[in-house]
Amino acid sequence: MKVHFFHLMPYRFLPDDFREKYRGVWVDIPSHLFDPAKGHQLYNEYLDELEHAASLGFDGICVNEHHQNAYGLMPSPNLMAAALARRTANAAIVVLGNSIALYNPPTRVAEELAMLDCISGGRLVAGFPVGTSSDTNFCYGVVPATLRDRYYEAHDLITQAWTRPEVFAFNGKYTQLRYVNIWPRPVQKPHPPIWVPGGGSIETWEWVTQHDHVYCYLSYFGHKRGLQVMDGFWEEVARQGKEANPYRAGFLQFVAVSESDAQAERDYAEHAEYFYNRCLHVNPGFADAPGYRTMRSLRAGLRSQFERKAFSGALKWKDFVEQGFIIAGPPESVRQQLDEVAKSLHVGQLMVLLQFGSMPPELVRKNTELFAREVLPHMRQLWSEYEDHWWIKPLPQEERVSPQAEPLAGVPAGGS
Amino acid sequence: MEPRAVSLRDGMFQAHLLQGGAGDPLLFLHGAGGLREGEYLDLLAQRFTVYAPSHPGFGSSEGGEHIEDIIDLALYYHDLMDELKIESAHVVGHSMGGMLAAEVAALCPHRVRRLVLANPVGLWRDDEPVLDFFTFSPEQLLPYIWHDPGSEAAKAAYPVPETDEERAELVFQRTQALATASKFLWPIPDRGLHRRIHRIQAPTLIVWGESDRLVPASYAEDFRSSIRDSRVVILSECGHLPMLEKRDEFVALVTEFLLEG
Repeated sequence: MKVHFFHLMPYRFLPDDFREKYRGVWVDIPSHLFDPAKGHQLYNEYLDELEHAASLGFDGICVNEHHQNAYGLMPSPNLMAAALARRTANAAIVVLGNSIALYNPPTRVAEELAMLDCISGGRLVAGFPVGTSSDTNFCYGVVPATLRDRYYEAHDLITQAWTRPEVFAFNGKYTQLRYVNIWPRPVQKPHPPIWVPGGGSIETWEWVTQHDHVYCYLSYFGHKRGLQVMDGFWEEVARQGKEANPYRAGFLQFVAVSESDAQAERDYAEHAEYFYNRCLHVNPGFADAPGYRTMRSLRAGLRSQFERKAFSGALKWKDFVEQGFIIAGPPESVRQQLDEVAKSLHVGQLMVLLQFGSMPPELVRKNTELFAREVLPHMRQLWSEYEDHWWIKPLPQEERVSPQAEPLAGVPAGGS
Repeated sequence: MEPRAVSLRDGMFQAHLLQGGAGDPLLFLHGAGGLREGEYLDLLAQRFTVYAPSHPGFGSSEGGEHIEDIIDLALYYHDLMDELKIESAHVVGHSMGGMLAAEVAALCPHRVRRLVLANPVGLWRDDEPVLDFFTFSPEQLLPYIWHDPGSEAAKAAYPVPETDEERAELVFQRTQALATASKFLWPIPDRGLHRRIHRIQAPTLIVWGESDRLVPASYAEDFRSSIRDSRVVILSECGHLPMLEKRDEFVALVTEFLLEG
């Protein structure tokens, strides 16, 4: 199994009365709550955490894309990935943005990801989410009824831009280009692996399986909720007669490792509550624009009770652990629980969230190191009978170069 | 009013409409929530032949996937008039249907005899933005669209579901209507009507409920100054749905105006 370190980059400093005072964390959250000096601190802290995870041997480090919110400070995951590509050597750079329907022309995404693949020497995983309704419809103004159609078209244009050697014309409904001929081109052939984060819509299962991409379910509601979604995905894989290879599926899980169950609660409870009660405090009006879900998925009605309850802010640490939102405890218990999760969901790409909510760097370091030392090594053997066809293909070691300039010793005085 | 289905363009569209009455043809174009059936249609049908279609993608009308923008929809209505053998008609549009009616009249001015715009959208002012009603639940919208949300007219306007299936179906219908409407109204209900509105030749009545908090009545003056032969009537104690909240006054006003011509 591959295990990846995922970061959401939340704003850690929302006030205690955030939930009572403001109607949501997303779209129209007041700008005065953001302190740029803290922003400086957080980006550097979070990039350190991702780099640290890479050096501890996680298979991949993951960033994603969200807009106008305090829940995740990465409007541009590509900027984060660029910084990480220079400071890491072996880990896959898993970019689980770009919401490709948002960019016109989408060749901009093809170009930037080709740049990242070159800078990293072929370590890029290209994630193409449709994007949340808040991000795509409300922040970026895309007409809900056209979002999915735009997404499919952008995907076709990007993959063609990566793979077709000739200059070609693209006459799309949303993008018309007379000359498509991106420079640079990606290192990985035919193109970097494509992973698609999904929210459980039927169309996405079908489409991802048809294209042989990886399907990732990024849930904050644990594997019990995840089971429903992943079962739907695996049924579709079977229906299309494709191999039930676990590496075609990814799953995100919150993990909190400590010395004991009780210590885990002492360490992590307030930060988990910060995440569920502040970072997920979303104005229902911005959650799901009409037309964002297809009518077919709407009829299928996949929303769970858990999800609604979690958004209501009524849950505490005990609930998170009992319902499996967070897997917490001493290493052997975490190992065992994660093993069950991976097997029950049949996933080969496990993404763990070891920084969540307001967790400060010391605690992230503890969680990450305990996980890397005492959990990670025991998980690698799972699924060894399968081949991961969706993994990065970096340049051979002898063709790779590393940064040559002297690193800065500290912040220079006087500005230069 | 009798239900009727009309097939267009070799089955690409199935238009479902209510038709009734006798007299000059009157095309009624509904708003983003879908066709609200009601006595106002029967009353108008006492003097006119009323056609009240559901737009493609609303109600049971099919073919919404072939409509990309408001111009497509306006041209679709010219196709429908052709199919119904209507050379020219009075056109009455409410809210999003008002925007559509204005586009229909701007595209082919000679086919619209007289035009009524009831609380229309389609123009935009930064100082008085149209409410982002997409983010509101039906319950939350009540005080924005009714002068008196407690009135009998308001209560009668909302069917009470008796079973969970009926409730789910209502949610589904509303979502489908708004999803289709988003093609014309999202994220801002301005698709360039201001560049075409000068082409309207039909004498135009602009009716507005004074208490409309969804599309403020101050827009009435923007429409009036853009349409050369137009006048404004503001209805007091009335919100966004004048044909329901002030039914008799609305019907009398519209009938009188249309018969002037």
